[in-house]
Amino acid sequence: MSLLLSLGRKDGLAKEVAALSEQNLYACYQCGKCTAGCPVASIMDDPPHQIVRFLQLGDADKALKSSTPWACVGCLTCASFCPKGVDLARIMEALRTVRLRRLDAPFRYTQEDGEWLSNLPQSAVVAAMRKVTW
Amino acid sequence: MVIKPAAVRSGRGDEEGNVVDQEKKTLGYYPGCELRTRAQALDISARKACESLGITLQELKDWTCCGGLVAQVKDNYMALLAPARVLLQAHTQGFNELATLCAFCFNTLRRASFFLERHPEARRKLATFLEVEMLPQVRVLHLLEVLRDRVGFDRIRAAVRRPLQGLRVAPYYGCLLLRPAQEISLDDPEEPTLMEGLLKALGCDVVDFRSRTDCCGSYHIVTNQGVAAQCAQVILHSAVDAKADFLVASCPVCQFNLDWSQAGHGNTGVPVVYFPQLLALALGEPAETLGFDERGAAMLREGS
Amino acid sequence: MFQEEKITASKEAHAPLGETARIYIMGKSHDVPQGLTILKAMEYAGYRLVRGVGCRGGFCGACATVYRKAGDFRLQVGLACQTGIEDGMYLAQIPFYPAPKPLYDIRELTPSAETLFRFFPELARCIQCNTCAKVCPQGLDVMRYIAAAQQGDLRKVAELSFDCLSCGLCVSRCPAEVAHYHVGMLARRLCGAHLVPKAAHLRTRLQEIREGGFEEELDKYCSMDKQTLQGLYAQRVIEPEE
Repeated sequence: MSLLLSLGRKDGLAKEVAALSEQNLYACYQCGKCTAGCPVASIMDDPPHQIVRFLQLGDADKALKSSTPWACVGCLTCASFCPKGVDLARIMEALRTVRLRRLDAPFRYTQEDGEWLSNLPQSAVVAAMRKVTW
Repeated sequence: MVIKPAAVRSGRGDEEGNVVDQEKKTLGYYPGCELRTRAQALDISARKACESLGITLQELKDWTCCGGLVAQVKDNYMALLAPARVLLQAHTQGFNELATLCAFCFNTLRRASFFLERHPEARRKLATFLEVEMLPQVRVLHLLEVLRDRVGFDRIRAAVRRPLQGLRVAPYYGCLLLRPAQEISLDDPEEPTLMEGLLKALGCDVVDFRSRTDCCGSYHIVTNQGVAAQCAQVILHSAVDAKADFLVASCPVCQFNLDWSQAGHGNTGVPVVYFPQLLALALGEPAETLGFDERGAAMLREGS
Repeated sequence: MFQEEKITASKEAHAPLGETARIYIMGKSHDVPQGLTILKAMEYAGYRLVRGVGCRGGFCGACATVYRKAGDFRLQVGLACQTGIEDGMYLAQIPFYPAPKPLYDIRELTPSAETLFRFFPELARCIQCNTCAKVCPQGLDVMRYIAAAQQGDLRKVAELSFDCLSCGLCVSRCPAEVAHYHVGMLARRLCGAHLVPKAAHLRTRLQEIREGGFEEELDKYCSMDKQTLQGLYAQRVIEPEE
């Protein structure tokens, strides 16, 4: 039995994610060092290396539905550990971008949130608004 | 693409190998929004320290927000607009080097500069939008590398008037100062020595601190505070294990996350300070003028 | 927004030959006399304006207009009462863009960036695109005052936003949906209430009034008849001689 690995297997989204992130998804050989180093892996639906696997199999849908890209803050521990130089943070950002461009964000803020937002460091609020909401 | 192991950048030359003017002591300075609001201590203490050391920080006029974390997808040009604008402003005001203190601003501007250098399409589009002929190249620096390369830790040691003997410090880098290594090139991303070198020159007792390059949770303080607390607790426990008196940071978000998580989850008693506060203190500035909070000031009194 | 009441008298009889301009109001062409302002031109074309019109003096910000000149892709802006028409102009009056207007007691607020962020968390979404400044009919440096707001420099916000008319064009074009003119207003109010020194002579005068120092004079005028009052008014000293 053989399995064809193709970014375009189910739809073009996996290809789009690869293009947006400028990463060679097939460089990953699933060693799991990224997951081992990720400080927020415990709250992710799917560990980071699994997300790359979904994309390798052309199943962008699973990757897009996962909470994993939204838990990533781009600390780049994964990228610095990866023996093949795959920048997973870029892949996570590409996944977030695909959803944000569909106006499908898991986080929204209204005027009422101003009270507690104004007590947090500004840079964090600016970064959050750019990365996880539209 | 294989990443070569990141070497410690000597800082003596730029990408083309040209020797950078070591004597240049007037730098364009970009504080960033936090240094005007929540993290004023970082700004004030850095200015005082620089004055002592003969470095002039000339603040950019009418600067705007750096953009808070660079976009990491190929075609998000609007997110590059903010850092591009800052770099353009620096150039227009006559600076080809820009010093930063806040790790968010440093990382954003340095990475944006790196990206723009290598993506002519992005440069072209942004230049058109900003209505300029072309985007200039501006070298983005962090004060730590200025202290290491242009002043030198030996000269700093000689200038210390109040050695911080007996003060056990845990240098906390976080992520943004070091990663991604090939774009930031400030220091080794896994075994950095930059802050250690500075703190030792001040006479501090630098502890072996396991979590010095761990993430503090970053903007999860906004979106998922449980995670931020978890990340911060790992770092704090590591600092407590190493019996640190202070955690030394260079980022207002790290400072907040580490401080906040102590208040809510049992005070571990490790105040988080900024490196210029200790630097200025060691150079002879009175502690009251350097923005130490209550716990920080108490720790200093205990230690002295 | 507009009630189109067509004026039945023939327009051609009023417009001298050769001195008309063709303008397009919401897609329909009209020939109007040269030398009119946009506002006058719209009324000439038969529109009766019940919204989007105000002081007619360039000060209230009600008549903000977006227009395009023939052959140019750029969107230009101006106040309809102050901008003259040109041949080939394409006009659109912008409706009022709803922007969040918070309720607060100015006396209870602190003059800081935190206060501004509390009422306008969307300030953090500004991407520094400068579209707001490009679209301001008063030519204000809107992006800079938003930057000053982020940095907590309320005096700078007040200074830079001083001539703002609250026309709302900035809000209509901002990709981050920031309500610039409300931010400016709050900053100016905070400055006035907390940062700017209080006028000592005003305080003195208010105290004098409270203590009844002007009661007698007020009573005198209140008890006068209209004719005497008018006489006094006509004879008032307009400019005191030194």
